[in-house]
Amino acid sequence: MKKLVDLQNISKSFDGELIIDDLNLYIRENEFLTLLGPSGCGKTTTLRILGGFETPDTGKVIFEGTDITKLPPNKRPLNTVFQKYALFTHMTIAENIAFGLKIKNKSKSYINDKIKYALKLVNLDGYENRMPDSLSGGQQQRIAIARAIVNEPKLLLLDEPLGALDLKLRQDMQYELIRLKNELGITFIYVTHDQEEALTMSDTIVVMNKGYIQQIGTPEKIYNEPENAFVADFIGDSNILPGIMIEDKLVEILGAKFACVDEGFGNNTPVDVVIRPEDVELVAEGQGTIQGVVSHVIFKGVHYEMEVMANGFEWLVQSTKCFHVGTKVGIQVDPFNIQIMNKPASEDEEAIGVDE
Amino acid sequence: MNKKILSAPYLLWSVVFIIIPLLMVFYYGLTDKSGAFTLENILAIATVEHSKALWLAIKLSIESTIICLILAYPLSMILSKLNVNQHSFIVFIFILPMWMNFLLRTLAWQTLLEKTGVINSILKTLGLPGINIINTSGAIILGMVYNFLPFMVLPIYNSLSKIDKNVINAARDLGANGFQTFLKIMLPLSTPGIISGITMVFVPALTTFVISTLLGGSKILLIGNVIEQEFTQTGNWHLGSGLSIVLMIFIIVNMLITAITDKDGEGTML
Amino acid sequence: MRNALKKLYITLILIFLYAPIVTLIVLSFNKSKTRAKWGGFTGKWYISLFKNDDIMAALGNTLLIAFVSSLVATVIGIIACIAIQAMKKRSRSIVIGITNIPMLNADIVTGISLMLLFITLGIRFGFLTILLAHISFNIPYVILSVLPRFKALNPSTYEAALDLGASPFKAFMKVVFPDILPGVLSGFLMAFTMSLDDFIITHFTKGAGIDTLSTKIYSEVKKGIKPEMYALSSIIFISVLVLLFLVNYMPKENKKEIK
Repeated sequence: MKKLVDLQNISKSFDGELIIDDLNLYIRENEFLTLLGPSGCGKTTTLRILGGFETPDTGKVIFEGTDITKLPPNKRPLNTVFQKYALFTHMTIAENIAFGLKIKNKSKSYINDKIKYALKLVNLDGYENRMPDSLSGGQQQRIAIARAIVNEPKLLLLDEPLGALDLKLRQDMQYELIRLKNELGITFIYVTHDQEEALTMSDTIVVMNKGYIQQIGTPEKIYNEPENAFVADFIGDSNILPGIMIEDKLVEILGAKFACVDEGFGNNTPVDVVIRPEDVELVAEGQGTIQGVVSHVIFKGVHYEMEVMANGFEWLVQSTKCFHVGTKVGIQVDPFNIQIMNKPASEDEEAIGVDE
Repeated sequence: MNKKILSAPYLLWSVVFIIIPLLMVFYYGLTDKSGAFTLENILAIATVEHSKALWLAIKLSIESTIICLILAYPLSMILSKLNVNQHSFIVFIFILPMWMNFLLRTLAWQTLLEKTGVINSILKTLGLPGINIINTSGAIILGMVYNFLPFMVLPIYNSLSKIDKNVINAARDLGANGFQTFLKIMLPLSTPGIISGITMVFVPALTTFVISTLLGGSKILLIGNVIEQEFTQTGNWHLGSGLSIVLMIFIIVNMLITAITDKDGEGTML
Repeated sequence: MRNALKKLYITLILIFLYAPIVTLIVLSFNKSKTRAKWGGFTGKWYISLFKNDDIMAALGNTLLIAFVSSLVATVIGIIACIAIQAMKKRSRSIVIGITNIPMLNADIVTGISLMLLFITLGIRFGFLTILLAHISFNIPYVILSVLPRFKALNPSTYEAALDLGASPFKAFMKVVFPDILPGVLSGFLMAFTMSLDDFIITHFTKGAGIDTLSTKIYSEVKKGIKPEMYALSSIIFISVLVLLFLVNYMPKENKKEIK
């Protein structure tokens, strides 16, 4: 796939604080790319630089080979869907959607056709003469999307567009967005702090923290093979333990030796180990690699969530089988499900604290 | 707990001190000294000197309002783009001159505008021709603009600040340049502020007598001067009230406009 | 380039706004009694000011009237807001409409209407009539300041207080009042400002024998304003400047929206 956008060496500070530090990222045509990270990680700023609402302190923004870094937003061949919709409250829905087209001096019939088409696309036929204030949040969101895509941009930027919607609506909208992207063939760059959303919708996820890119990959790769403690902790639930890589395919955790599949970390190297709660198998007392006692059980619907105290560590376990509090159990993990990571090279690769 | 009882003190006060006095103006305006009904007090507006005073007041207040609007709008735009922290500082800076007495502030313009005043002295030393607008209607307009500019700036500034920044960004994102964004987005969305500003400037300007006394010399009489003289010098309250009724027409139109555009009862000043 | 233009424009406007004020402060140090000539620098007016009985009396009247009228207006205004909040839409619109009348009406009409009222009721012109007039035009400012605060209130907190045993009055004082306080303070301050600076309404409702600062100044316009007046106004201005500056910018943790 061709490169559509290339961000080169982008840095940006606000009030003396460095928000983005030497960012390099390219986005391919027809990709659904998500910038994922906690508040303040720089994802929205990156999006705003792409949109032209901020100018980077250093670096270039290349769009289809052309340097658009200094180009103002109204001249860029891309469109943005804003976080709180930003609809023009003094105009009707039709006028909102027609806005960009009128600026481009399109003919009346062209505009009318486009409005009909856009409303149909977002399942809001017949809403032409309504006012934005009379619409629900979800409807306003769809109009904001319609208003943007009607200009046939090659690239659509979405800044946490689903944040204000309730869960069910959000899930519906996620499927809508994927459908739209496939139907229109536009490249989407999506910003969110919700990792489930990112996993559901994206072709590629860019995990960011403190202005750096922590990892780029497909949802499966990011989830199953996080490269550092931050990514492991941010995506999904995880057990992150300190370990020692004794040799290739063998790691010592909490004093016990576990077989794993990773190589190339050297001998007797301290590492971080990630094991997903759904990959922790609870077996009968005496069996398995280490022994423990169940300390908490919560029924979550899709599974039971249990905490097991073993070898001094509180393991998070998710299973459809229930083990009651106080039961003595054994823990074993399939070697394939043990992910080895290098210890954090800097503060921003460290896992964020409990309040994540 | 009938909270509506609590409205009694205020309603009583309003009736006694707001409604009844206004009714009295109408009573005096529509009667003559013997108490008989008459329209002569109102029709007196048609005399040469009265109509002259009225038209001059209308002319000057319209001109001042327009000047205030032209000066205030760009200023409000610049101010609304500043930091959020600086908001109360802005309000502060514009309210502050009101703490210097209104008469003295206006009077100070005499010192600045006189033939031998400050401005002319500065111009003379720069070798430029002097200005001579003291005691002319030009000076009165200046006085009006000076006193009422904050009342135009603050509502417009408030209106503009309330516009979500992303709405402006959205317009630019959709291709609008600066001017188009101003015309199609900022102007329509700041209309409540503009209307509020106009109503807060036009009426005080129309009815002033102080500014014309201080800056116009005794020669220029506005309708406000005429009415004031009827009450404090001539003692013809009936005539004064009659002329006031004419003024009230303008004021009532003003109030209606405000009532229509300010349905929530929150003046856009604060 | 655009930035420089913007800064220039703001600066010009600020010069325009503050030129007369600077002029007045400068004049307060003018040795010559006439406004037209500069006679040299002196501070004596600041001293003779306090010995001038007339001016001190006017000052006292002005401050007292401003304070009392604002206070009374604030109390009546708060009570009115409680009632307005509980009203149905129609009554509310009417009451708010009435509230807007003094603010939208020309001062001269308000002034003469009150004058006619006092004459008809036979009330002697003086301190009382001025006070009544000031309270009347102050109440709307209080209401318009406090009402938005009421609207933004969470009604559940008041009900929670009642649920926990407080009487309506106590619930109001302990739960509602602290929340509306910023609006109360800004309303009081606005009323005080308006009262302090008022000329036209006071002019019509004072009668002979009593003066506020504004009316005193007006009476001196023809004869020539006493330099002590410039000194007094400068003092008031500077002290307010300092006061507001301190309130708004000193304790950063205490950042209440006093305006």
